[in-house]
This record gives sequence, C-alpha cells and structure tokens, in this order.
Amino acid sequence: MVRDFSRQAPRGGSASVSLARRLHIDLPLLLLLLTMAGIGLFVLYSASGQSIETVKRQATFFSIAFVAMFIVAQFKQETLMRLALPAWIFGVILLVLVEFIGVGAKGAQRWLDLPGLPQFQPSEVMKLALPIALGTWLQNRHLPPSWKDLFVAAGIILVPMLLIASQPDLGTSILIAASGFIVLLVAGLSWRFVFSCIGLLMAAGPLFWIFVLHDYQKTRILTLLDPEADRYGAGWNIIQSKIAIGSGGIDGKGYLEGTQSHLSFLPESHTDFIIAVLAEEWGLYGVLGLLTLYLLVIARGLWIGLHAQETFGRMVAASVTLTFFVYVFVNMGMVSGILPVVGVPLPLISQGGTSLVTLLAGFGLLMSISSERKRLWY
Amino acid sequence: MANTKIKDIEQELRIYRSRVFVAALFVLFLTGILVVRYAYLQIDRYSEYRTEAEQNRIVTEPVAPSRGLVATRDGTLIAKSRPSYLVSIIPEQVDDLEETLDELSQLFEVTEQQRARFLRRTQQSRRPHSPVNLRYELTEEEVAKVVVQQHRLVGVEVSAQSVRYYPYGELFAHTLGYVGRINESELQNLDSERYAGTSAIGKTGIEKTWEEVLMGFPGQRQVEVNARGRALRTLNTEQPTTGGELILTLDMKVQETAAAALEGRRGSAVAIDVNSGEVLALVSTPTFDPNLFVTGISHANYRALIEDLDSPMFNRAIQARYPPGSTVKPEIGLAALHYNIIDPNTTINDPGYFTLPNDEHRYRDWKREGHGSMNFYQAMAQSCDTYYYELAHEMGIDRYSEFLAHFGFGERTGIDLPQERSGILPSREWKRNARNRAWYPGDTINAGIGQGFFLATPIQLAHATSIVATRGYRYRPHLVREIHGSENRIIEPELIEYFEVDDNDWEVLHQSMKDVVHNIRGTAHLLSRNSVYEMAGKSGTAQVVGIAQGEKYDADALSERLRDHALFVSFAPYDNPQIAVAVIVENGEGGSTVAGPIAKQIMDAWLLDESGQLKQEYRNDGS
Repeated sequence: MVRDFSRQAPRGGSASVSLARRLHIDLPLLLLLLTMAGIGLFVLYSASGQSIETVKRQATFFSIAFVAMFIVAQFKQETLMRLALPAWIFGVILLVLVEFIGVGAKGAQRWLDLPGLPQFQPSEVMKLALPIALGTWLQNRHLPPSWKDLFVAAGIILVPMLLIASQPDLGTSILIAASGFIVLLVAGLSWRFVFSCIGLLMAAGPLFWIFVLHDYQKTRILTLLDPEADRYGAGWNIIQSKIAIGSGGIDGKGYLEGTQSHLSFLPESHTDFIIAVLAEEWGLYGVLGLLTLYLLVIARGLWIGLHAQETFGRMVAASVTLTFFVYVFVNMGMVSGILPVVGVPLPLISQGGTSLVTLLAGFGLLMSISSERKRLWY
Repeated sequence: MANTKIKDIEQELRIYRSRVFVAALFVLFLTGILVVRYAYLQIDRYSEYRTEAEQNRIVTEPVAPSRGLVATRDGTLIAKSRPSYLVSIIPEQVDDLEETLDELSQLFEVTEQQRARFLRRTQQSRRPHSPVNLRYELTEEEVAKVVVQQHRLVGVEVSAQSVRYYPYGELFAHTLGYVGRINESELQNLDSERYAGTSAIGKTGIEKTWEEVLMGFPGQRQVEVNARGRALRTLNTEQPTTGGELILTLDMKVQETAAAALEGRRGSAVAIDVNSGEVLALVSTPTFDPNLFVTGISHANYRALIEDLDSPMFNRAIQARYPPGSTVKPEIGLAALHYNIIDPNTTINDPGYFTLPNDEHRYRDWKREGHGSMNFYQAMAQSCDTYYYELAHEMGIDRYSEFLAHFGFGERTGIDLPQERSGILPSREWKRNARNRAWYPGDTINAGIGQGFFLATPIQLAHATSIVATRGYRYRPHLVREIHGSENRIIEPELIEYFEVDDNDWEVLHQSMKDVVHNIRGTAHLLSRNSVYEMAGKSGTAQVVGIAQGEKYDADALSERLRDHALFVSFAPYDNPQIAVAVIVENGEGGSTVAGPIAKQIMDAWLLDESGQLKQEYRNDGS
C-alpha cells in the first residue's frame, strides 16, 4: 500500500479533535448522530403516548448502538477485509437457518431464536456483511469492474437477497440489494448497463406481479394507488398518516398536541409511522429540519468516502451512506403515500433495537474509514 | 492476480468522484420530491386534512332532555322520572355476541324475547361503537353482579337511565296515557335529531297529545374520542331544555272519588267545570298500570291486558259509544220548548205506549201501565217516554238533529286526548250516508228517548250537560290548564259556541231537571237526601239488546253482561252551576240508583269543603 507521507503533515487541531482522532471518532458525524438520537427520543416520547418507559428502553438501545459503533470504529480496514468473507458466509448460513427454524408472524419467517441469544433478524447481519464483502472483493480489482468481477459481485448480492425475499421480506431484500447495487454504481458500473437493467426490470414488471408478489404485497401497491377503496381496512394506515401529516400544516399542532397519534388514529405511530407524528406536531418546519439533518449526515458520509484511502473504504462509505438515504426516502415516501407500505423504519427516529445497532455499527464503519483517511486538501 | 489488470488509482478516483457527485444530485432530487410531497400535504391540503382530523376525534353526542313533569291542578305529581338501570353492549367491542349473551344470562335473566330483540337491533343501522340496550330494570343486586364481572365482560356497560314513572299507576292510565319505547315505524316519522338521545315517546293519552311540549329539546355534548370510539373527555356541553311541565285540569280528589265509586265496575265517569270546559275527572274502569309500558311490556302482561274481557285498555270515557237513553231528554225537551211545540204546563196523556197514525206498532213507555197525564216538569222528573215520543213526532227529525248538534252530539268534543270517537247523532243525512237507507217516522220516535241510532260517549254527555248548565255556553273540554318551563302558558278556556235559546225556556228546563232529584216523584229523588245543595240531573238506562214486543224484561234470566247500562247526568249547584257530570255503569241497570249516587259523590268531592258544607265560592250570594 502506498502512503503519501508528504500529505500526512501534522495538523494544528485542538486537543479534543486529536483525542477524537485517537479514539477513531469522526466528531462532526458523532455530533450529528447524537443530535438526531436526541430528537428521536424526544419525538418517541410523544409518539409512544408519553411513555417514559419506552423512551428509557430506546435510550438503552441507543447506548448499546453507540457502543457498537465505537467498537466497529476501532477495527482497521485490513481486519474488516479479512473478516468480510467469513461474515458474509456466516450471514448466509443464518439466512438459510431462518428458512428452516425461523420464527415469525403473519406467514413470514424473519427471526431467529437461538439459545443464549436474543431474538434477531439475520437480515440485519447481512446489511453490514454485504457491503463489506463487496468492498473487499473490489479492493484489489481494476475498476470499473470487468464482466467476470461483476458476475462474482452479482453472486454476493443475489444469494442473500433471494434468501431474504423468500422469507418473505421484500422490503429488506430490496434494501439489501440496493446497498450492493450502490457499491457497483460508485465502482463505475457503466451507465448503459445500469439503464439496461432498469429497462429489463420494468419490462419484467408484469411477470413479477403475476409470479412473484404475494397477495398482501399486491394489496399494498393497490392501496397506494387508491387508499379509499378500503378505508377501514388496508387503506386505514395510509389515510390516517396522511391526515396526520396534512393536519400538521406548516407550523404543526405543537409538541404532544398531535391528535391523530395521541388518540390512536395513527397506527404504528412510534415505529414505522413516526414521521407522521413529527409532521403533525412540528409541521412542515419540523420535516424540513429533519431532512436537513439527514442531508448533513449524508454529506459527511460522502465526504468520508471521498477522502477514503482505499477502494474498500470508498465503496463501503458510499454504500452505508446512500443506503441510509434510501431508508429515509422509502420511509418518508411510504408514510406520505407516494410509495407502497413496506416495513422500513425511519433511521434514528423510529423505535427499534437490533436495527438501531446495525445502523450505528454501519456508522462505526464510516468512522473506521474516516480515521484512516488521507488528506486531499488542507 | 494474474488475470486482473493493474489498478489505475487515478482513473478509479475520477470515476468514484463523478459517481458520488451524481449520487449526491440524485439524493437532492429525491429529497426535493419528499419536500414537495410534504409541502403539498401540509400546505395545499392542510385545511382538508385538518377537518378530517377534527372529525376523527370529535363526536357530537346528543344529551336527552328530561321529560316534563305532570301534576294535577292541586299540585300532586302524577308523572315524573325515576332512575332505571340497564345493560347495554357495544357490539364492536365483543368478539362473540352469542357467547357474551350466554355469559350474561348466568348473571341475570335474559328472556328469549329480549335476546331476539337485542340481536335484531344490532342489525339495524346505528352509529358505530354505540351501545345497544339488552335489558332494562335491573335490580341493585343484578347491577352488582355485572359490575363484579366487568373486567371479563369487555363491551358490556351498565348505565342508569331516567325513565318515566307514574306514582298513581292505574288512577290516571286513561288520561295521562303512557310513554313507551320508540318503535321502528315511529322512528321513521320522527325528527331524528330531536329524538337522537331519547328512547321513549308518548304512546297514548296526554303523553301523546302533549308530546311536543313534554319532550323538551336535546342538548349536545362534544366528546373527544380515540380510534376505538372511546370517549376521553368532554369538550363542550350544550344543556338540554327540559320538557314543559303540565298542570292538568284534573283534580286529585275528584278523580280519586270517581275512580273509587266505579271500582269493580265496568264504566266511566267524566266531570267538567261548566264555566271553562276544564275536565275535573275522567275515569274509565277497569284500568291498567301504565308503568308496565315504560320500558317495554312483557308478552305475558300484554296478552293478559288484551285478552281481558273487560278491556282495561279501552278508554270508555272517550271511545265507548252508548245509547244515551233518557239522559238526552233535557236537550230534546228544550228543543220542544224552543220550537213552541209544547207549553210546559200542557199535559199529555200516557197510556203506557205511543202509536204513530196508521201504524199498529206500540212504542212502549218504560212504565208499562203508563204515567197518565203529564206536563213538561212531570215528564222530565218521571222520565215519561210517551211524552217524548210525542214531542219527537211533532218536532220531526230535521229540527231535532239541528238543535241537538248544538250540544256537541255526533262530533268529537275535541278534548286533548287521542282516539276520541264521535258517536252518532241520528239524522236523515247520517242514515243516508251510513246506512244508505231512507229515514222512517219510527226512527224519529226512537230518537225521542235517545235510543235507536243515537250513540254518545260519556265525555259527550258531560259536555252536553255543561252546555245545559251554563244555558248555552259551549266550552271545549280540555285536560291541560297550565304549561310551565321554557314557555309559561295558561290554557285559556275555548268557547266553541254560545247557543242562544230564550231564557224562559232554559229556566223551565232547569226547573224540570231539578225536579228529577228534588221532586218527591223524581226518578233520582233519593239523591236529594242529606244534600246540602240543590242539583239538576237526569237518569237514563240504555238497552244492551232489544226486547221483543210483549216480552217481559227479566234481569235474572239475562246474563250480567246483557243487563241495561245505567246512566246519569247532572250539574250543580242548581242556582250557580259549577260542575257537570256524566256517569255510565255498564250493565248497572238503575240509572238513578246505581249511576246517580256515583255522580253525586263526584259533585260532592268538588263542591263541598272539609266540613261537608258547600264551598264559599260556589254559594250564590246574590239570590
């Protein structure tokens, strides 16, 4: 590996900055994440019907998740690359296990209940293992990738994706695929190939509809198009969340004043639909404020990617960051009625345990990458 | 690796930067879509969604008004409210209705009828999450049982409701009537907004006629509800307007006296204040307990009432039509005086019967051997039929009908009770219309003694007698004197007509009616015994079945129900008339012996003070 020592000039940063550097902490990112965690707890208090218990539990998850982030940040990229293949294989094994001994509800097996461990979704493991494996694979390849490299990469993406899709958990499988696809995109996959793939997918849409989608998934898409068709059934969630958002107006109804969530008209108000609570109580200003914070996080993530020293770091940073945005977009899109309802939480705001740990562990990867960045500009 | 090209770091970085740049643009583009979407929902469609959110959470519930109280003229409450516990179920909150019903049946009795009615109601259209009533009138003990099990019985509610109560029960059943639960057909004709929170409506009697006043107006309560329809807090309450309170014209003492006097009989008594038309007592026996109907009468009780041969639900005072018999002789006699058919002192001989010229048929006098020579006073006092056959014959049916119409016969009096019947005043026109037959001379003769086609209700007889008493003032009989509440109103007497007849004729008539009681030969002479005031009256009997010519009347041979009806009409005091009374005792036989004493007791109840003297205000100090 080549290091440009001339660019490693000592910096005149403050003591705290150098301490952060020594602890492999990216200070701007950490401050943004802490701010959002605070906002998340604040909104959750309202969304959970002022349950201090829920907030405490979520705060505990945040602590665990931040610790996980800190631990992951300590890994050297070399170590991560060495762990990549075993992690991916381990993830696939878990996903295969889910097929046989998984537990779940409503006809979907998504959870694994292994002795001595809390219940968890193996797909969470894959959310991190996949970009790492892909980044590792491309680390020593010539980029843009050759057809042969792409073929291997496709395998790395498709195996876990199909396993998750068969649980069935279409939402997660698409998000997992997206995180892999993003890697290929920033690796230089030709636009012609990208658009051919998109065109092919659109052409295959009807077949997809007929042979792949389950009835409940079709219902969700139909509901998106016409929620009033079943106002008190399938359409209820989306109608009520739109009422919550819309009735918030520009200024919002005020903290703890949201009627839609507090009177239980809004379902899942503290998990997937929490943005509706924020929109109802804080109005458009709240929504814009939150989006600004998300954009800042994304900007910092991309900045870390741009400054990464290795291909691996660049790939993983871009994947983690942009996947993070995909979560935000899908969640806010589905709650506001422009995307079908899939079970995607709003990152850092929705209540959740394991997904939060995965998310912040992902930011740990970013910090790990950030700590080994090269200085392009002074 | 051998088959891999050497990495070109600069090229890779160039591609990476351009791709990240494109990705960043794409991120901004998608964020823009989100911003536009949220701005569209929160700005463009704000007012629409704001309204929907409000409609979600605020439910306007009606608050039922309390029904107006009813009191007699002396201030005794005869219709009020009492609390009643009921069990209702919110079907939306119950998984298995049948199972819950079975469970509740363990706690208190639920009849098949109640169960079926409940299940039927859950099928009818109603507001979602509104309770459906299962059983009323739970005892305290039953309430306790349900409350103890409440935690297991999700969706089951016990609530207290204010229901109508008639403390005097049977006494006012035929005047007050009763309220009952609104049925499907009533529901369709009601102002649904006004009755939204109310389950009872006046079914008969004053409760029905005065429904508009008694009902009151509902208030509103705006309640914040959650998604499951549970009321969380009251935002706003608009109080209901209590129904108007009615002060009736009925007098407790007079009513009780009349009811006690008729106890155990089939019959009716009506007493009217002659100077206003105010009804002082209106009794029909046998009667029933109106409280049975308030929260729904059971099949068994209802069947018992319907199948009773004595028809306790039948309001004889306004619905039963009897031949008035001799009780209309005063009006017929007055007509004869008015048309100068007779001079009061001229006598007519009564051989015991009357025959029309060229006709063999004998119209019999009740006294078979005849009364002999009778003048107007004697004929009235002794109720000579032959004298009245003669008068009717001379008068002719047209003058007869026209004159008697002024006393309200043949039409409803217009009392404020539902289902009053009009009776029949015989006339040529009536017979042509109703029977499609020509009028025969014999019909006129029968009409002369209030028989034949003539039918009148007890209220009509009391009404006619009050017109006689006041010498022509015809006031509409009515039951409500005052209304209190949001509107305070005194019901003024309504003079329908003043019927002008020469005062000398009235004087003669009154004198003759006084003789009925106070002349030693009067049919009701026994009533004058121990009377502290003078009165005027007329007795009557009405045949239930026609007695064939020459057949001897034998009371014993006829079953009790075929005996003659006993009638009596009267007014008093004679020189300052205050009260007019009509009494009918079905199959009572003796007009003056059975019905007369009842009329006398009723008049005493109104006219006498506690020491048994004529009340000061009814004494005629002028003369």
